[in-house]
Amino acid sequence: MADGKKYPAPVTNPETAPFWEAAKAGKFMIKRCTACGEAHYFPRSICPFCYSNKTEWEQASGEGTIYTYSLMRKSPTGPYAIGYVTLKEGPSVQTNFVDCDLSSLKIGQQVRVVFKPTDGAPLPFFTPV
Amino acid sequence: MTIKGKAYIAGIYEHPTRHAPDKSTAQLHGEVAKGAIEDAGISKDDIDGYFCAGDAPGGAWPMVDYLGLNTKKLRHVDSTETGGCSYIIHLGHAAEAIAAGKCSIALITLAGKPRTGVMPPRAAGAEVDFEAAYGATTHNAYGMCAMRHMHDYGTTSEQLAWIKVAASHHAQYNPHAMLKEVVTVEDVLNSPMISDPLHRMDCCVVSDGGGALIVTTPEIAKSLKKPLVRLIGHGEAMKGPRGGKDLDLTYSAGVWSGPRAFAEAGVTPKDIKYASIYDSFTITVLMQIEDLGFCKKGEGGKFVADGNLISGVGKLPFNTDGGGLCSNHPVNRGGMTKIIEVVRQLRGEAHPKVQVPNCDLAIAHGTGGLLGVRHAASTAILERV
Repeated sequence: MADGKKYPAPVTNPETAPFWEAAKAGKFMIKRCTACGEAHYFPRSICPFCYSNKTEWEQASGEGTIYTYSLMRKSPTGPYAIGYVTLKEGPSVQTNFVDCDLSSLKIGQQVRVVFKPTDGAPLPFFTPV
Repeated sequence: MTIKGKAYIAGIYEHPTRHAPDKSTAQLHGEVAKGAIEDAGISKDDIDGYFCAGDAPGGAWPMVDYLGLNTKKLRHVDSTETGGCSYIIHLGHAAEAIAAGKCSIALITLAGKPRTGVMPPRAAGAEVDFEAAYGATTHNAYGMCAMRHMHDYGTTSEQLAWIKVAASHHAQYNPHAMLKEVVTVEDVLNSPMISDPLHRMDCCVVSDGGGALIVTTPEIAKSLKKPLVRLIGHGEAMKGPRGGKDLDLTYSAGVWSGPRAFAEAGVTPKDIKYASIYDSFTITVLMQIEDLGFCKKGEGGKFVADGNLISGVGKLPFNTDGGGLCSNHPVNRGGMTKIIEVVRQLRGEAHPKVQVPNCDLAIAHGTGGLLGVRHAASTAILERV
C-alpha cells in the first residue's frame, strides 16, 4: 500500500505552477486548447495537437477508468501499482493506484483522483470508486 | 537520395565479458573498438567518423580523446542518444554520412557496467513532475503494455513464454551466454511474478559488456577480407503519450520505422531469413514482430508460439545468440548486439547449430526508452552481397 509512503515534492516551473497551486486546493487541473477544443495532460502552454498558444486551465472531474496497470511486486518502498487512467475529459494520465487492494485492479475499472501530501504541493493519485 | 547499398559493415566485435569488476567503462569501449578494428582489418588511424550514445563516459569528445582516434582525420561525429536502439540509429546515420561523403570509415561503440559500476542517471524531461513519483521502471512500463495487449487481443502468458523458450534454445550454443539452460513454457510461468503480467523469465538479463561496429564505403569494404554485408534499408521513429490523446500501448514506434526501412530496401517481411528483435522483455519482441509486419496486429501471440522463433524449427529464426533474454544486455542497451548477430548470420559465422541456411537477408530492430511511456525505434535491413 502507498499509505505513509514519502513522495518527492514537485519542483514546478512557470509553465506548470498553476497546476500545483490548484492541487493545494484539492483541484485536479488539465489544459484545454480554445482553438481546436482538445484537452491534454500533462499541461503545456502550447497545444500539442494544433500548436495554438490559446490553452486554458480547466478543472477536471477527477474521474476516469483504468486504461492499463502493472503491479510492481517488490521495491525498496514496497509493492506499488503504476498505470494510466483515461479521464472523463479524454486525456490519459500516468499515475499510481492507492488506498485499495492492489491485487484486485482491473482494466476498465472506475477510479477517481486523490491527492497525497509531499514536502511541497500534493501529488495526484487515483483510487477505485 | 537513399542509403541503399551505400554502406557496408566491415567489422564487428561483441565483448565476451558479462561481468567486468576489474575494468573501467572507457576501457570496455576501447576493447570493443579494438576488436571491431581488428575484425575489419583496418587501422585505427583510418577512422574518420565516430558514433556513440549516452553510455560513453563524458560523450563524444572525451571518448575520441581516450580512444586515441586520429583527430587530423576524424571529420564526422554523432552522439544521438535514443537508449537501447541508439546503435541501430547510428548505423543509419553512418550510412547517411558515408553516402554524403562526410566520412568513409565509421566506428560505433557501446559499453558499460550496470552490474559492477554506476549507471549514469537519465536526464529529466518536461514531464518529470507529472511522472517521476509514480516509479515507472522498465519492468512495469513493459508490464503495462503486456497487460493492455492481453486485454485487447487475448495474448497469454504462455504465448509470451515461447519467446523466452526460443531464446534459450539458441543460448545453449553460445559459450558466452549468461543463461545457457534450455527452459520450458512451464519454467517461465513458474518463475516469480516481477511486475504483472511479466515473470522473471519474461525479463532480460543485466550484464556488463559492449560491442562495436566498423561501417564503411563499398569500395573500402571490397578491399578488405570479410564477407560483404551491406545496409539496404533504415528507419527511425519515436512515440509517446503526446498529451494523453488516444493512448494505445499495444503498438510501438516500429509501426513507422519498420515500413520506412522495408520501403527503402524494396523487400517485405516475407523475404527476411533472420531477425534480430530487441528482447528487453518477451512482450517487446511480440509487439515488434507485429509492428514490423511479420503478422497482423494482435496475432503476435499465435505467431511466436510452438517454437516459431527457433532456428531450424520455426518460420522466423530470431536472436540466435540467445539475445537479451539469455545471452547479454550490455548497459541495458540491446541494439548493438542485435546488429552484430545479424552480421554473423549474413557472414555465415553464427554457431552451426543456429546458423540459418543461405542467410542473405536479415533485419535488426530495436527500441529505446520505455515502451509503456515514451520511446524510440529503429530498423535496419541488411543483405549479404
